[in-house]
Amino acid sequence: MTDPIMTVEAPETVIDVHHLTKSFGGRKVVDDVSMSVRKGRIHGFLGPNGSGKTTTIRMLCGLLTPDSGDGTCLGFDILTESDRIRRRVGYMTQKFSLYQDLSIRENLEFVARVYGLSDPRGKASAAIERLGLKGREKQLAGELSGGWKQRLALGACILPEPALLLLDEPTAGVDPQARRDFWNEIHALATEGLSVLVSTHYMDEAERCHEIAYIAYGKLLAEGTVDEVIAATGLSTWTVSGPEVHRLQQELEKLPGIDMIAPFGTNLHVAGHDEAALERAIAPYRDRAGLKWEKDAPTLEDAFIDLMRRSQDNFS
Amino acid sequence: MTVPSHETRNNNNNGGISFGRFWAMTIKEFIQMTRDRVTLATMIMIPVMQLFLFGFAINTTPHNLPTAVLMRENTDVGRSILAALENTDFFQIRTVITRAEDMDELLESGRALFVVEIPEGFERALRRGETPALLVAADATDPVASSSALGALSGIITTALANDRQIEFSEPTKPAFKVIQHRRYNPAGSSTLNIVPGLLGTILTMTLLIFTALSVTRETERGTMENLLSMPITPVEIMLGKITPYVLIGLIQALIIIAAGILVFRVPIVGHPASLAAITGLFVVANLSIGYTFSTLATNQLQAVQMAMMFFLPNILLSGFMFPFAGMPQWAQWIGEALPLTHYIRVVRAIMLKGADIGVLAYDTATLAGLMLVAMSIAVTRFRRTLD
Repeated sequence: MTDPIMTVEAPETVIDVHHLTKSFGGRKVVDDVSMSVRKGRIHGFLGPNGSGKTTTIRMLCGLLTPDSGDGTCLGFDILTESDRIRRRVGYMTQKFSLYQDLSIRENLEFVARVYGLSDPRGKASAAIERLGLKGREKQLAGELSGGWKQRLALGACILPEPALLLLDEPTAGVDPQARRDFWNEIHALATEGLSVLVSTHYMDEAERCHEIAYIAYGKLLAEGTVDEVIAATGLSTWTVSGPEVHRLQQELEKLPGIDMIAPFGTNLHVAGHDEAALERAIAPYRDRAGLKWEKDAPTLEDAFIDLMRRSQDNFS
Repeated sequence: MTVPSHETRNNNNNGGISFGRFWAMTIKEFIQMTRDRVTLATMIMIPVMQLFLFGFAINTTPHNLPTAVLMRENTDVGRSILAALENTDFFQIRTVITRAEDMDELLESGRALFVVEIPEGFERALRRGETPALLVAADATDPVASSSALGALSGIITTALANDRQIEFSEPTKPAFKVIQHRRYNPAGSSTLNIVPGLLGTILTMTLLIFTALSVTRETERGTMENLLSMPITPVEIMLGKITPYVLIGLIQALIIIAAGILVFRVPIVGHPASLAAITGLFVVANLSIGYTFSTLATNQLQAVQMAMMFFLPNILLSGFMFPFAGMPQWAQWIGEALPLTHYIRVVRAIMLKGADIGVLAYDTATLAGLMLVAMSIAVTRFRRTLD
């Protein structure tokens, strides 16, 4: 455990956890995960379904007790000071978890009262205005569309002015426009000094984060900025375009030196960890008529698929 | 969307119970309660419906029991007895038979619960001053019904013969035996009088247990528990906030039952209404706490309801509501002592019918409060603040 900073103000490192492990029914859902998030940063948390993202987030806000490991959240010990963490962290659950049979206003007032805010009615009114829900405040939360539910949930999260937001797949099932608005809001909040840990499946969202962490099968496989994560995979990539690239895919798949092939529209991404071996493998096809080969930088998606595939190999 | 910059959070306390958070929970629960109109209507209707069903249907003093008369002689006395039996609402003469064989058949088939046999030469023996026997065969499979009817039977016949036929018994001033019944607190022997206070407790137990038994499991099943647990609210605040709105409902129910008891069943309130209100309030909170405890033990709403029913059954059977408490075996009495309904029924019967003061009933009142505190302690300890 690093030295805990016992102040109300968020320290420079808002999340600092080490070797978190959690098992359910003998299965390790989170395995030796260490992570640190700096103040004012948007930290993306990526990984396939069931990789342990939700479990990790729940351990950070005291909803789950780690089997082993320790650390601090906003300077408070996640094992012993979850009460203090609860007051200063806004946690947005994956599933909408406000009260569906309460109106928008009633939900917000409830949150304001539970956090002991002065003038809960006024705070709720202000939040309704910020959310652009004026005039609809008497509507039941359960009647809102997915995008509005998500906005309301975020509004409820930031109502008590938390120092850290933990958002668990906030944009799942939300349309692109609402997703874009949502991310603009997240960035605005981060500019004001709020730190955010957000889990997501979407590559474009990952690229909007300051830093990302990739988790699969409970293990943290990569952490850093987008460029760092891509560079760490050590992939070399070629893009090939032309007719019948799909047939080409079948031919290339078995070749040594090629670790990953993925079609992107009419293009094919061919990638390998050993640059020399990759070039040897594709050399016979370079001059084939109609094919256009181009050396390319690997994308984040290339990096993730590679990470996932390699971790699968380790677990099979 | 911007975050307000000023710090407005009341950092009043880090532990302990905050009235603000308790009140937040209470308001939330109250709104949710009123939003579910069907349930709310049911809450009000259940007591009324049950009171009328039980009050009118359950009557340990039975009426219109199917009866047959076996007339071995056709005399004035025989007809007189027949008329007297028909005039009371205890018995309903279904048939008059003359052959003894028919008697067995009537009883076996259940077409008659009683057969009164007027033997041959009954009138003659009576007039001679002998003491002839009048045979009554009763279907005693339901002892409650038969014993009270049997008790009434000899009185009816004696009166009938004395009044209608001017038959003087050998020693009219000194009957062979006489049973003096002195029914205190319920002079008419009306079982409704006894049942209404019992019903008050039973109906409250049943409805209140279910209300709170669902409260925690509902949050878990709807997925709102995760959000609630991530907020700075303590188990005690959640519990009290969830119980409080239903205290109001419980008191409304009690008011309806007592009002109906007074207006419809003419049950008196001899004691002080304030005592009645105080003990009822305590009983309401005790039951809500127990229901809430089930809610923290169960993993889903169905389990919670089943637990509540498991608890409800001994409350009905062993509390003295259905069977006299003193008549139960020792072990059953011990179980009965651990049930809130037992103590409540004792106190309420004493206040309503005997005019007792709550101070006299300190033992039962204290036990009720003790049971409430035990339930609350279990609930708070059992409430899990994590999703582990």
